Amino acid sequence: MTPRQEPSGAAVRAEKLDFAYPGGPGMRFELSAAAGDIVALMGPSGSGKSTLLNLIAGFERPDSGRVTIGNDDVTALPPHRRPVSMVFQENNLFAHLTVAQNVGLGRSPSLRLTAGDRAAVGEALARTGLSGKEGRLPNALSGGERQRVALARVLVRRRPVLLLDEPFASLGPALRDEMLDLITDLHGEQGMTVLMATHDPRDAERLSRTLVFLESGTVAAVGSTRDFLSGGKSPAFDRYLGARR
Amino acid sequence: MAVRDEPVAPFLAGRGRVAAGALALAAIGILIVGAFLGLVREGVADWRGALDAFDGYLLRVARFTLWQAALSTLLSVVPAILVARALARHPRFPGRAFILQLFAVPLALPAIVAALGVLALYGRAGYFAPFFSALSGEGWPGIYGLSGILVAHVFFNLPLSARLFLGALEAVPADQWRLAAQLGMGPLAAFRFVEWPALRAALPGVAGLVFMLCATSFTIVLTLGGGPRATTLEVAIYQALRFDFDPARAIALTLVQITLTGLVVMGLARLGASMRGDASLPVAPRRAVFPGRCERGVNAAIVVLALLFVAGPMAATVIAGLAADLTRLAGEQAVRAATATSLVLACLAACLCLALSIALVMARRALELARAGPVPGVLERMSDTGAAMVLIVPPVVIGAGWFILLRHFGNVFAFAPVMVVTVNAVMAMPFAIRAIRPAYDAASARHEKLCAALGISGWNRLRLVDWPTLRRPAATAFAFAMALSLGDLGVIALFGSDQVQTLPYLLLQRMGSYRTADAAGIALFLGLLCLGLMFAAARWGRERP
Repeated sequence: MTPRQEPSGAAVRAEKLDFAYPGGPGMRFELSAAAGDIVALMGPSGSGKSTLLNLIAGFERPDSGRVTIGNDDVTALPPHRRPVSMVFQENNLFAHLTVAQNVGLGRSPSLRLTAGDRAAVGEALARTGLSGKEGRLPNALSGGERQRVALARVLVRRRPVLLLDEPFASLGPALRDEMLDLITDLHGEQGMTVLMATHDPRDAERLSRTLVFLESGTVAAVGSTRDFLSGGKSPAFDRYLGARR
Repeated sequence: MAVRDEPVAPFLAGRGRVAAGALALAAIGILIVGAFLGLVREGVADWRGALDAFDGYLLRVARFTLWQAALSTLLSVVPAILVARALARHPRFPGRAFILQLFAVPLALPAIVAALGVLALYGRAGYFAPFFSALSGEGWPGIYGLSGILVAHVFFNLPLSARLFLGALEAVPADQWRLAAQLGMGPLAAFRFVEWPALRAALPGVAGLVFMLCATSFTIVLTLGGGPRATTLEVAIYQALRFDFDPARAIALTLVQITLTGLVVMGLARLGASMRGDASLPVAPRRAVFPGRCERGVNAAIVVLALLFVAGPMAATVIAGLAADLTRLAGEQAVRAATATSLVLACLAACLCLALSIALVMARRALELARAGPVPGVLERMSDTGAAMVLIVPPVVIGAGWFILLRHFGNVFAFAPVMVVTVNAVMAMPFAIRAIRPAYDAASARHEKLCAALGISGWNRLRLVDWPTLRRPAATAFAFAMALSLGDLGVIALFGSDQVQTLPYLLLQRMGSYRTADAAGIALFLGLLCLGLMFAAARWGRERP
């Protein structure tokens, strides 16, 4: 039932995406991410980072415009038919299901798992350093471990696009580094296209090759992460970073 | 939110507040202890009679009380789950906000008005009677007895439960709905993994609340129950006192009532149920749910059926009320007097309720700040839960106790105003405290140190610091308490007489003498009065400065 793609990235394009929340200002996004690229989305709160990710994932429907992934127009598809996995800042796990069940949902949304599925779940948990914690409930895990479970589920779903919506915002610096390394490794294995919304330039620096700067509901600038962070590429971006560079 | 900060000169800062709280607790204590005193005194004097009253009749009444409460709970809670789920899975459709508003109306409607609405619709001479008669081929007997009680209880509790369950579903983080959508969960899988866990957590509390409301329901059973076969303990107490004047039987019934409700509350507390009766619902949450066409149809049918069921008696109340001779009623001396009495008593009850509630809330907070350890002391715990006692000791029971006690001190009916005001005030306290306490605790967390540093305490503090933040929640609590008191029939049914009549009492009398049109007119008036107050309460509660 679940479509399985080959573990490689797919290009993501947002073409003239118009969207507005009820009573909110209009937004228009134009974005193109190459297959297998790692793209950081940065910008002030309310600039539309999460909205853009939600539009790509299918949680919000644009008023007009298209979202394409690979060669397919996915604008009209419901979230689960899109070749996309998403990790949120929190609430990635169902609190009443064990770690293994939470990961298993990535294979079957009704938890009817085959022996092969179970093996994949075990492998993904081993890969994310969670062996021996299969039977735990999420509230018995640390914040970092919970996010690793979410990444394990990303692994078993094997979708060519991974969306990260500030997934490390509630983690300390050491855990953050650990997670960034893990995502780098996973990207090396599965080669998926990664789009990551973040506030922290160090996340972008460590992980991404391309940086997209958003401002008041639109893509203000696109370029290589190195160019952006070395300064002078976009005055607005430099203002946004302030003294944090 | 900071709940507990450093205690700052605790005893100096809190002594006045604790004293006020102790006073309030003492007042509640006198009300409850007095009632028990009346019962015990009479029971000791006539213990043989009280013992004899434990007969087959009492057993039947007790069994019927539990049976109808269980059935009402089942019939309210199960459909409510379906309705809440349907509403949760369609966060945006035209009329959704209106439906939620409509589902809040029964909460504000006096039970006697609703009972009349149910009769106007399904009764022997109701609007549906010709239809039912044609359907069954014989004369429609009307719903009296168990069926009437069940319909009225479901009318009250289905919308309440649906709102509470919807509140539980709304509390599921948006990310989890998104996750379910992304993982491709169909309606069944989403129910199993997302919705049911939230509903199951809310279930004991909701079911417990509904069961308690139905087990202690007085007005509905009095007006819709038929004869000794469909009588609950509360109504039997009332009948024992008002018609048979058999205090011994009333005592036996009261004992059974308190034991039963006490057991239920204890059982629920052990289940971990918190019996809160409110839900704040966002109007149009953004939720990623993508139901298919079949599910859409089923959900629409569920919502429409529930809507018709809830709106029916309300519409019948309005139509029947408008058909009454309203101008004559408005000119009638009895109606005017009852209106004035009702308004004055309700206003006094609301004032008393507010004073007691504020005193308890302040005392609880002051004690919490003053204590050294994490374990609350006896007084703090009592100021926390004291008001919840009315759940176990229903108004009719308190009224019965005082009724039996006061007859030794002169004309019982002369005490009617005092009894109505005090019992209704205490009855509304759990709601008032729920409105006031969060605002007060939050304000206290901000101001406590500053007040201590500037030496603001006592009356000055109440006037300058606390009252401005309490004004809004206090207005909400006041309107709510007044509406509750206006519509209550429990105490006035015991103590009412030709001298002291409230609107519900007058309504009951007109119903009893088969002046149905008059009753319908008064019901419409009373219903609108209570609705207006509840509307005001909701408005004041929502707008934050």
